[in-house]
Amino acid sequence: MTELPRVQHIIASGLIAAVGVCIAYISYTQEPAQAFLFPRLISSVFAVLAIWTFGKAVLGKTKVGNGLNGTALKNMAPGLLVMIVYVFWAAKALGFYTATTITLIILISLYDPAPHTEAKSWIKRGVITAGVMVVLYLLFAQLLYVFTPREIFA
Amino acid sequence: MDFLFYMGDVFTPINFGLLVLGTIGGLILGATPGLSPTMAVALLIPFTFKLEPQQGLILLGAAYTSTVAGGAVSAILLKIPGAPANIATTLDGHTMAQKGEGAKALQLSFLASAVGGLFGVFLLIFLTPVLAQWALAFGWSHLFWLAILGVTVIGTLDSSSVVKGLLAGCIGLWLATIGFDDMLGAQRFIFHPSVSGGINIIPALIGLFAIPQVITMFAKGRTPLGAEVIEVKKHPIGDAMREVGRRKKALGIGTMVGSIIGLIPGVGGQIAGLVAYDQSKKASSESEKFGTGHSEGVIAAESANNAMVGPSLVPLLTLSIPGSPTAAVLLGGLLIHGIFPGPDLFTNYPQVVWPFINSMLFGQILMCIFGLYVAGLAASVARVPHSVMAAVVLALAVFGSYSVYNSMGDVYVMGALGLGMYFLERFGFSAAPLVLGLILGPIAEANFVQGAMTANATVGIFNFFFTGWLNILLIAIIVLSVSYSVWMELRQRRYTTKDDAVAKEEALS
Repeated sequence: MTELPRVQHIIASGLIAAVGVCIAYISYTQEPAQAFLFPRLISSVFAVLAIWTFGKAVLGKTKVGNGLNGTALKNMAPGLLVMIVYVFWAAKALGFYTATTITLIILISLYDPAPHTEAKSWIKRGVITAGVMVVLYLLFAQLLYVFTPREIFA
Repeated sequence: MDFLFYMGDVFTPINFGLLVLGTIGGLILGATPGLSPTMAVALLIPFTFKLEPQQGLILLGAAYTSTVAGGAVSAILLKIPGAPANIATTLDGHTMAQKGEGAKALQLSFLASAVGGLFGVFLLIFLTPVLAQWALAFGWSHLFWLAILGVTVIGTLDSSSVVKGLLAGCIGLWLATIGFDDMLGAQRFIFHPSVSGGINIIPALIGLFAIPQVITMFAKGRTPLGAEVIEVKKHPIGDAMREVGRRKKALGIGTMVGSIIGLIPGVGGQIAGLVAYDQSKKASSESEKFGTGHSEGVIAAESANNAMVGPSLVPLLTLSIPGSPTAAVLLGGLLIHGIFPGPDLFTNYPQVVWPFINSMLFGQILMCIFGLYVAGLAASVARVPHSVMAAVVLALAVFGSYSVYNSMGDVYVMGALGLGMYFLERFGFSAAPLVLGLILGPIAEANFVQGAMTANATVGIFNFFFTGWLNILLIAIIVLSVSYSVWMELRQRRYTTKDDAVAKEEALS
């Protein structure tokens, strides 16, 4: 295993071990004890397995999981950022349909291999976004009667 | 023969319409690389929420059946398996297509899928009531061990690392305890208002299966799909039928291997196709032709993939233990309609379960008929660029998880679990045991707590949970499955170099 995935494995398994230990601590200290009977059982196994995994990562004996390489991280970063903003902020703040339209056009443009300088590719992206939005509106608003948060432009 | 009594329910206009819709939709979704059957069914669940339970399940069952078969289209015409289950189909299917026998390969694949699928559903029909009758004898301790068995079997068999598989199962079991305790109403692990009511299954399933795929597509960057669809020339269906008839051995091996693997919880279709292909090659008198566009390869792989669908539902419907990740998602679909699978399912909800099972029987035939006609369309859909696919799946995930309970909290839970799962996958964890833990956690806890209360008042915890032949049998199966997986992992490590393992993982991801 090269040095970078090893460090990544140590960080990832360390985080999981920390969560496992925290959960075990909470399970054994919170009251009423009866309500935490099952969590105690689970968290004990969780903590032991997580510490085992962490120990293996520290010793460099982790055999599965390739971690993240620089190219993949660089590729996914903009999409991930757009996704986080969309899911955790824009969908509620701007309204589902407004936020989804903006997200779709940004994501399709970001990852479309066609050149950004051609008008044709922008028209294609616009048409795809409009088509998907129409389908989403028909499915969720008209067919399933889902009441989404108020749109910012409504 | 109860199933015959409910046969007519499949043919009501709405039920049959949903069956056709699910079959055609499933074929197209299955052909789309990156959209696994599990993810397709997870994304479909919100659409079933407004339907009657019977109708919802028919739609989901049809989608499950046909997504597995649809994956063969892109495997044959593009050399990109629509789902991991179709990996073996690419070996001979794509070579046949390159030789100008694409139509024949597709016909063989759908015919073999239908034969395997029908056999699998008949197994489901005849095995389920027998097992359900037997499962009526189960008490609290047995149901607790069964739930733990479900998590450990999937955790150990579905993961490349036993410890990480079990750890993922524990994470799922812990996630299931978040919220208010059912017995005392105490708050547990509520660190954000979004999870005050606990983690809802459907948004969690969508997040765990769809979001990692979206991020994986992002990670590929601005790369073109790079796959040309091979043109399909006409081929008489009668010839394909005769060919399937001639290759009885491959068809039989595929069907049997798929059925047996389907019955083992956690093993799933990924390996059914590969094992059947391998066994068929060993048993064939023309083994040297495998890999060069031999029809037996396609027949064995595809009959196995679909034969596992029906049996994978046997442990789900009788014991609440899903046989595959997609069956776990179907369990989520049952739960949102207030239907709890178990030994009394066929007594309490025969009007829901039998039409669902019967619809899978007819779904196999429809899948074969439509598969031959929509293969061209499905292959075109398979060429949808990653950029569009990722954006559409993300939008569907957000709308779908919100629509179940009209709650933004569910959207946040979906996003957070999905993000976490992507990173966990990169470090060797698998979503299936985590999902099983999340689904089976409440069953395990309820039976553990009730069992513990009874035990304290009677024979004591140890005697209650660790004695009696059924408890010992279940514990022995858990120990055996873990030991077997550890042995397999150590054996594989001995014969595989680290570079091989890394290369294999890269190829799979």
